[in-house]
Amino acid sequence: MNSMTSPSFGDPMAPLRREWTRHTPGQRLSRFAVWLVCVAAIVWAVRSIDIIPEFLADAPEQMADLLIRMWPPNVAHYYPEVHNALIETLHIATLGTLFCFILAVPLALMAARNICPIKPLNVVAQFSLVASRSVNSLVWALLFVAIFGPGAAAGVFAIAFRSVGFVGKLLSEALEETNHGPREALRAAGASWGAEMLKGVWPQVQPAFWGIALFRWDINVRESAVLGLVGAGGIGLVLDDAINFFQWDRVSTVLLAILAVVLVAEIIVTRLRSRLL
Amino acid sequence: MSATLTAAPPPATRLEHALEIRGLFKEYTAGKPVLKGIDLAVAAEGITAIIGPSGTGKSTLLRCINRLVEPTRGEIRLRGTELTGLRGRDLRLARRRIGMVFQEYNLVERLTVMENVLSGRLGYVPFWRAWLRKYPEADIQRAFMLLDAVGLPEHATRRADALSGGQRQRVGIARALMQRPEILLADEPTSSLDPRTAVEVLELLAKLTAAENVPVIINIHNVDLAKRYARRIVGMAGGSVIFDGPPEALQTHHLQAIYGGEDWL
Repeated sequence: MNSMTSPSFGDPMAPLRREWTRHTPGQRLSRFAVWLVCVAAIVWAVRSIDIIPEFLADAPEQMADLLIRMWPPNVAHYYPEVHNALIETLHIATLGTLFCFILAVPLALMAARNICPIKPLNVVAQFSLVASRSVNSLVWALLFVAIFGPGAAAGVFAIAFRSVGFVGKLLSEALEETNHGPREALRAAGASWGAEMLKGVWPQVQPAFWGIALFRWDINVRESAVLGLVGAGGIGLVLDDAINFFQWDRVSTVLLAILAVVLVAEIIVTRLRSRLL
Repeated sequence: MSATLTAAPPPATRLEHALEIRGLFKEYTAGKPVLKGIDLAVAAEGITAIIGPSGTGKSTLLRCINRLVEPTRGEIRLRGTELTGLRGRDLRLARRRIGMVFQEYNLVERLTVMENVLSGRLGYVPFWRAWLRKYPEADIQRAFMLLDAVGLPEHATRRADALSGGQRQRVGIARALMQRPEILLADEPTSSLDPRTAVEVLELLAKLTAAENVPVIINIHNVDLAKRYARRIVGMAGGSVIFDGPPEALQTHHLQAIYGGEDWL
């Protein structure tokens, strides 16, 4: 309003020409800085990684040689050795997933802030979940091989402890996303805490629960395939033996068997998940 | 404000009331009371409507009664039972005597209509029965009866998320009555419904609670509906009761005092 009373010099239309830019100069500068840091990081990484040029040049030839040795796969080797190991791998994945849920459900309930209002318990649960995830399943397997000795038991526990973090985190997020209204209504009706969880919360997280369970089982089938490399049972053991004895036609049999199982698991899980919602 | 009113009334008047609230204060943050000394006695029958602008504490008042919100101080008596200070099992036993209907219905979407109605019995049935869905036969028969009464007999096995808003609120009413409550609290039960459905749902609420002799306290934004169905209007503003009387007594200047301004009238 004031600009109307005071005469403006120069271009009288200047206040009407407004400019729009997506970023302020400060933002542009910081975006440029981020790019610079990324490029510098890549250059630094390439220069410090010490790639031996001869080995790199040799790689295609080596790979071709390996493939030729692998072909044809030694199918006769499949039964019984590979087959039994494969079944054991599936057992490890399934039992590991089951055990993981026994641990993950209480932790998820403790970690969800709308279920467990006690702050320190939230932190303890969330820390346990992060700790579980931060250790790779092969490392868990090494630990449990040391405890139980080599074999499937170590594999089962490795899978279970690795999965707890993943399942617990997703489950506690599903719990935190539940609508508070139904719980409030059941509480108002005099329902106990257990009844409130059973009838107000469980129906809401049920689809997520089964989705997570199937998804994790699918991942665990793949993870348990390599556990044998450190002696925790399953098909990895057979694979390790075959590689150590340079029996490449057997290696290819094992790899194909793993591929087939993973594909079948994937198809089953996708089918079941689409029916859940 | 409440200090002069906290003295106990003669026993004769006390028996007539289903619910008595004295000197009720609620502070979400210390020093900033949302409810500033509410005194309210609700008769053992009929609908009491609470009107007032948004944010004036109507919802908080209802939630203090069944302790979904913890009152800061004051007394709330349900037919002689002091509700403030109850804990654990005693609180649950008191809550099941109080039915509640919500603005957003608060049904469990993925359960069937029947299970939603039966969940009104969760304060009565043991956990294992709820888990195995083995509700007592008498409860199931009453649930069917109530579904008939709210006009949804053929929807018993449908999932709650397949219902319209009006149908959901009917289920909400059936669930609340399933408790055989001694009083029913309704928090904006029609605010999410279209005008016609709102009237139908209120009509149903009034009819069923009258038939079962359940007094109702209802928070409502629609003053015309409040006047039509309530036998008593309580006007709140700024956390206090500033009007209390029959619908006929509610005049324009009262509405001005409750909602402020006058241009909207």
